[in-house]
Amino acid sequence: MVRSIMIVGVGGQGTLLASRILGSVLQSSGLQVKVSEVHGMSQRGGSVVTYIKYGDEVYSPVIEKGQADIIVSFELLEAARWLSYLKEGGELITNTQKISPMPVITGAAAYPENIEDKIRAAGVKLTAVDALSAAEKAGSVKAVNVVLMGVLSRLHDGFSQEQWEKAVEECVPPKAAEINRKAFELGRELV
Amino acid sequence: MSKLMLGNEAVARGLYEAGVSVVSSYPGTPSTEITEFASKYPSDKLYCEWAPNEKVACETAIGASIAGARSFCAMKHVGLNVAADPLFTASYTGVNGGMVIAVADDPGMHSSQNEQDSRHYAIGAKVPCLEPSDSQECKDFTLTAYDISEKFDTPVILRLTTRVSHSQSAVSEDEPISYSLKPYEKNIAKYVMTPANAIKKHAAVEQRTDALTEYAESCALNAVEKHGSKIGVITSGVCYQYSKEALGDKVNYLKLGMVNPLPVELIKSFAAECETVYVIEELDDVIETHCRKLGINVVGKEKFTRLGEYFQSSIKKVILGETDSFKEFPESVPVRPPVLCAGCPHRGVFYILKKLGVTVSGDIGCYTLGSAAPLSSIDTTVCMGASVSGLHGFNKGRRGEYEGKAVAVIGDSTFIHSGVTGLINIAYNRSNSTVIILDNSITGMTGHQNNPANGKNIYGDPAAAVDLEALARAVGINSVRVTDPNDLAATEAAIREELAKDEPSVIIARRPCALLKTVKHAPPFKINADKCKNCRACMKIGCPALCWGEKHVTVDPTLCVGCGLCKQLCKFGAIEE
Repeated sequence: MVRSIMIVGVGGQGTLLASRILGSVLQSSGLQVKVSEVHGMSQRGGSVVTYIKYGDEVYSPVIEKGQADIIVSFELLEAARWLSYLKEGGELITNTQKISPMPVITGAAAYPENIEDKIRAAGVKLTAVDALSAAEKAGSVKAVNVVLMGVLSRLHDGFSQEQWEKAVEECVPPKAAEINRKAFELGRELV
Repeated sequence: MSKLMLGNEAVARGLYEAGVSVVSSYPGTPSTEITEFASKYPSDKLYCEWAPNEKVACETAIGASIAGARSFCAMKHVGLNVAADPLFTASYTGVNGGMVIAVADDPGMHSSQNEQDSRHYAIGAKVPCLEPSDSQECKDFTLTAYDISEKFDTPVILRLTTRVSHSQSAVSEDEPISYSLKPYEKNIAKYVMTPANAIKKHAAVEQRTDALTEYAESCALNAVEKHGSKIGVITSGVCYQYSKEALGDKVNYLKLGMVNPLPVELIKSFAAECETVYVIEELDDVIETHCRKLGINVVGKEKFTRLGEYFQSSIKKVILGETDSFKEFPESVPVRPPVLCAGCPHRGVFYILKKLGVTVSGDIGCYTLGSAAPLSSIDTTVCMGASVSGLHGFNKGRRGEYEGKAVAVIGDSTFIHSGVTGLINIAYNRSNSTVIILDNSITGMTGHQNNPANGKNIYGDPAAAVDLEALARAVGINSVRVTDPNDLAATEAAIREELAKDEPSVIIARRPCALLKTVKHAPPFKINADKCKNCRACMKIGCPALCWGEKHVTVDPTLCVGCGLCKQLCKFGAIEE
């Protein structure tokens, strides 16, 4: 049995760090884990995705349309973009923060309205949280990624809070440890 | 205890465990992290450096190998084009200490200008090529590559692809072997490739290929997995993982860990036991063509594309006819292409170039994004350094018609890599060309590597820094000036004046990358809604922190770094600090 989680967002939002935290939790649980990342050009404010797969035996590091059990989206439009990757009965967690892509900034396209309602209407189990406010409360807007890992830790059972907290501590820079500890806690309180 | 590692990190671990002592590379996605991770090991054991380009890196590794050390260089696929010259002759000289070249291909072009298949280089240079399929194999194959290199007296290519380099999976760590430098002995027949010596060495290379083919028949790198099926799959690298996920135990596998030279008898005997044999390989039909030459009727590119990446679903669809179902968001979702970051120092230059309607010969780096709307400044992008030499050719081709109306833009690291030779050509063969060096004091796109122009080495220690102004003058450019790209008026004046001159010129637009930790940012700007007339003059710079609204423009405070570029464009004083 292989489980598949995607972390999607906008380049610069810290999706890579979030995937490292999740990878670390899974690895410490003795499961076989594969994490596939995107580096380089697409990181510059583009749409970014990380795939995390775990189970007894994982082959492909990539998740495709209709294959993800959980998607964690760092931005609302990205939740809409990657929706098709969810499998039947899959679960979507999204930050309600909106970041306009360049076609919206230049007026060439419109940011879709009522994204949350449309996702729910498609029959998808959706959890929407304001991770940006929680990150600000924790002390840095950059901690959105760790807030969302806090949310995921509540909705995704099977791993202890201690395992998660240890992974956060291992993966974030020591200077930012306190802010991220708080961000994780605030994330857990959002759901 | 195993550790989760990127494929690239696992290659670095392999270098450490193999007793490699010299690593020289030029950064290039998706290969960069190999050398970054290698530089975290003690430098007295595993010395690392960023070279000015891949040719220098490869030649450094050749020199270290001849000296008796195990050596290494890493590059992206197009980097091997630059390093091809030393590679082809190092194949003839062979090695003293083992030598491995890691080359990371980018099927799907996540961060590249083409989709070339590096296996052709292994075939052309007649060197062995290993292809791992996950992180553990990245480490294991690296160790094996050094054994092959020394046993068969040849450089070895370790071919990676984006999904292998940038996927994490478990790797077991072992103690490094104790490797002592091999003695260096002068050997003119081996290391001096004059025609008389090279003629003999070519014969040795052909014999070596025969010996390596024999090795490929039975080595552990190539493995048969039988599941009693009538269908056989011949595959390698990450395609093995996709195939296993798609087809499980429903087919037999021949997994090729060594993709050059390819075995003959092993493939024949595998195919003989199957009714249908599929070859599953991304990009070109290298294995397929080999099979066809052996008279084996395989199914390959008539069912699978030469374009992009494969993944499990395309394999499942072709072989089993199965597809996954999924839900779609009910309306179209605007694309989110990569953009220049908020506060990027390149933005001001591109804004001015667009305003002046100048033809722009572009290059490889973050600033290639100056081609994207709304800046849309760049006319051409080919390869590293081509902006400078290409502009010279453009001006020669139009017989001077575009002189004063065309510029080249090139980053500091790219200029050092291969722009300087083009600049020498501009000075020497005299075209009235203007070159703008976008000096952000770092190699940006690949994730902030130090380079020979910024005064720091790979370890962050102080190093000699190329004086770009002095270098430009030294090659024969008399008109050289520096401008701050965040000062739009000064930058416009500099470009106008240099274009008007009747001589070649260099403008250095100097400001450090906005993402550098050493760069201090101002607080985010605010829009005064009463003053904003919604004229959208500020939107022309394509800043991701600005967004237009029904009544007035808005600033995203989480993105704005207060660079002040937009403020310089607002005639109504509506953008406030």
